[in-house]
Amino acid sequence: MTSTAQRLAEIRGGKPPRRHNARTIAALTGNPGCDRRAVLDSAGADKPALAEQVGFPARFGQSRFAITRGNAFEAQVKADGGAELLRLVAERLGVDPGGPGTWTDLGADDRPGGPDQPDRAERSRAALAAAAPAARGRAHLPTGEAPTAEPQTGEAQTGDAPTSGEPAALFDHPLLSLDVAGRRVHLEPDLVAARLAGRFHVVEIKSFPVIDGQADPGKVAAAAVQSAVYVLALRELLAAEGHDPSLVSSDVVLVCPRDFANQPVASLVDVRKQLLVLRRQLDRMARVDDLLARVPANFTADPAADPDHLRRALSSVPARYAPDCLAACELAYFCRHEARAETTALGRPVREALGGVADVAEVLALAAGEHPGAPEQAEAAALLRAAARLRADALTGRPS
Amino acid sequence: MSTLRALAKAQALAAGVAQPVATVRHLHLSPRPLVLVPLTMAGEANAPLAVLVGDAPDAARLLIVAQPRNRDQRFAFAAELAGVVLPYLDSFRGGTEAVAVDRGRDVRHRYVDAPQLLVPNPAGITFLRLFGRSTRFRRVDGDYPVHPSVPLLGRWLTFFAERAEHPGSSALVALTEALTLHWATGQSAVEDLHLPAVLGWIDPPPGLDGARAAARAEDPSLCPPAGPATDPDFDNRVLAPAIAAYAGAGDDEAARRSAYAELERALRGQLAPTWDLMWRGLGLLAALPPGARVEDRWARDRDAFTAHAEHVDEGGGPQPRRDGAVAAAVRLHRLERALTSYAVQRAYDDPLVMAEHRLAGEAFVGDVTLADPGRVDDTGKRPVLRPRIQVVTTEPVAVPLGATLYSPARPGQKAKVVFVTPAADGKTEVVLELSGGMGRGLTAPPGTVPEVGERLCLTTLSDGFLPAGAFPAPEETPWTHGGPPAAAPVDPAPATAPAASGPAPADGDPAEEWG
Repeated sequence: MTSTAQRLAEIRGGKPPRRHNARTIAALTGNPGCDRRAVLDSAGADKPALAEQVGFPARFGQSRFAITRGNAFEAQVKADGGAELLRLVAERLGVDPGGPGTWTDLGADDRPGGPDQPDRAERSRAALAAAAPAARGRAHLPTGEAPTAEPQTGEAQTGDAPTSGEPAALFDHPLLSLDVAGRRVHLEPDLVAARLAGRFHVVEIKSFPVIDGQADPGKVAAAAVQSAVYVLALRELLAAEGHDPSLVSSDVVLVCPRDFANQPVASLVDVRKQLLVLRRQLDRMARVDDLLARVPANFTADPAADPDHLRRALSSVPARYAPDCLAACELAYFCRHEARAETTALGRPVREALGGVADVAEVLALAAGEHPGAPEQAEAAALLRAAARLRADALTGRPS
Repeated sequence: MSTLRALAKAQALAAGVAQPVATVRHLHLSPRPLVLVPLTMAGEANAPLAVLVGDAPDAARLLIVAQPRNRDQRFAFAAELAGVVLPYLDSFRGGTEAVAVDRGRDVRHRYVDAPQLLVPNPAGITFLRLFGRSTRFRRVDGDYPVHPSVPLLGRWLTFFAERAEHPGSSALVALTEALTLHWATGQSAVEDLHLPAVLGWIDPPPGLDGARAAARAEDPSLCPPAGPATDPDFDNRVLAPAIAAYAGAGDDEAARRSAYAELERALRGQLAPTWDLMWRGLGLLAALPPGARVEDRWARDRDAFTAHAEHVDEGGGPQPRRDGAVAAAVRLHRLERALTSYAVQRAYDDPLVMAEHRLAGEAFVGDVTLADPGRVDDTGKRPVLRPRIQVVTTEPVAVPLGATLYSPARPGQKAKVVFVTPAADGKTEVVLELSGGMGRGLTAPPGTVPEVGERLCLTTLSDGFLPAGAFPAPEETPWTHGGPPAAAPVDPAPATAPAASGPAPADGDPAEEWG
């Protein structure tokens, strides 16, 4: 065990690290500047238990109705060996599926045991690698990562379509993996489609509706980042097998129910931007030593520790709280409480409108003209004084 | 976010209670609004679960869907809701008034009052919009007929949802937005979407400050969410067993009735606290005096209500799923004009809103020190009355020479900036030449020209008439916007979905039940 790994193990209190999944990795892109979160996520600390212990439990419950509905829709879409699904995806990509595709279930037989079976990862790797258009990909496609040079539409990709006449291949729940902060994390995309338009496509099945061609932007954005995690993992897998990683399209296919019924509809989502953000954040987490150098030596995030001690320890690593954290991070309520005297707790636009002054008491002191503020605050101070005067005038009903 | 509002938020946080950001009420409040508190089923596409609806605090009616996944029950619920909403709408179709149009050459009629729908939050508006979308195309004949009131309800809900996008309209109001328009809380915009937390800041219960009241409001076990999303914990512990018990009762009439009553009890428990908050919030808003231009804007809402009622009466079709290119451009143009005019009117009505513009350099307040009300400009073909006044202000004056300013006190009068001269003590002297609003003669009637000593607000914001833009007819849609529409309305839905097209999309089998 390296010293870094040992330090991370100590931070989480010697317990096994919490397993990441695509959703938690996606969440990492949310607030990349937050050291507290980066340390806890790198260590795989049990954040929900931590939040509970320090008295600010997270509220991330999931309704069983939502879970049931999600599972039912996925099962419906994947029925009949994915025939309808293949038709939908091929149509969205603007290509001919070339007859019925093959269906490989890489998840079903060892479901109860979870994703730990080495065999399953191995089978996924072998099956996906075998589906790549051998050596040919090397010759025709640009090597390395050149996401901006990729064609954007399905139609434009048809030129690369395999001429071998091999049918399209669908892989149900393949097991992929990715290095996150020095640990191997297993990932399970809903589906990977190969040999459509000459590329691999990640297919995500989501149960939120697309109504008149529009879906909830927040949900689409979350699905896009999550899919980008799969694209990244799939690209690494192919690269390790000696294939061109750009065989994996940066256009992921989102399959959702259409309007208010259960009929599936496929849409393309370009995740190039998400891939860049993810890559940057994963690289940052890979340099976890830099991060740990800024963390006090006795820092602990062991949920079993004394609450007061934990609160002090957490406060010793700076957080960057923003109201968006409430929807993404289990520790957000703690950080919000800690930041309650800061203007960022009111939202970034508020802080900007207040001339970037960080502290609420400072804002009010500047506005009241109690002190002129630091030289670099002169402009903000003048603005705040004027605002306070105008507010007071209008509220006291002076004619204006 | 203006600096003035941001400062009010900081003050609210420090004071532990919300701070006013308006001195008058900027929306119309009906004496008899229809309050709706909807709940949806988690995971489903806008499937209604329950609604508490009524036009008085003691007139709450609870409508529930015992099996939200059952489409028959969903449309039965729609018919029940229509049974409440449509008579409410009809009750405003009594008296009309005549309005002169086309410079008095013609006359049209509009209803003297109009309905007002109120929901807790913006998500409540989205619920009504989508519920309108899912019902307005339903057929009353064919394979899966619905009650005739269902598509009618859908069209009216769509009307209200579209109206809610119109800046300054009070036809369908989300209470959180109405409240935060008048008070700044000590929390962020994300947290301001939660009605109990907003009211916790504005009107904290005895013994609590705003922050504590808001924190308490975030705990779903103490304070159920204001919908339409339910608390997942409530779903798992209470709702799921209750729905299962109802489904399991089967044909056993007694068991079914008791299971239904239990469901009603559980859902009422989730909705009733929000219902009370709705009326409490309305009471707080009603205590503010209305702004001077609120009635004018409400007249636009009455116009829109009248027009849609006539459209429906004349057998007009339901709103399309998506606007065509020209209709979309016209609508956007209308919304932009309404947004501009709404911002100006609020500033004219409310010195606290005008203060935001003063801070931004778009307005200043000063004292009239000189006035020449009888000045006549005779350099042109015929002499015209052009009084001049001098205003002295302590505020920075950021307007160029020749600019036209307006004063909320005399909105019909223009004031052209003639000189701007810095004076002693950091003050600025501004000489203005007035035109308009003084009659046709060469002598200004008393009161039309500001007098020496009057305190005056001058602004670049104009509440004057904004000319409408010119748009081509739909059949002349330019190629840049997709060209003229095809003979039949094009179905804009993704072409990948098989079958389902035409005016009544096949929304699946109404009898279908799954999950």
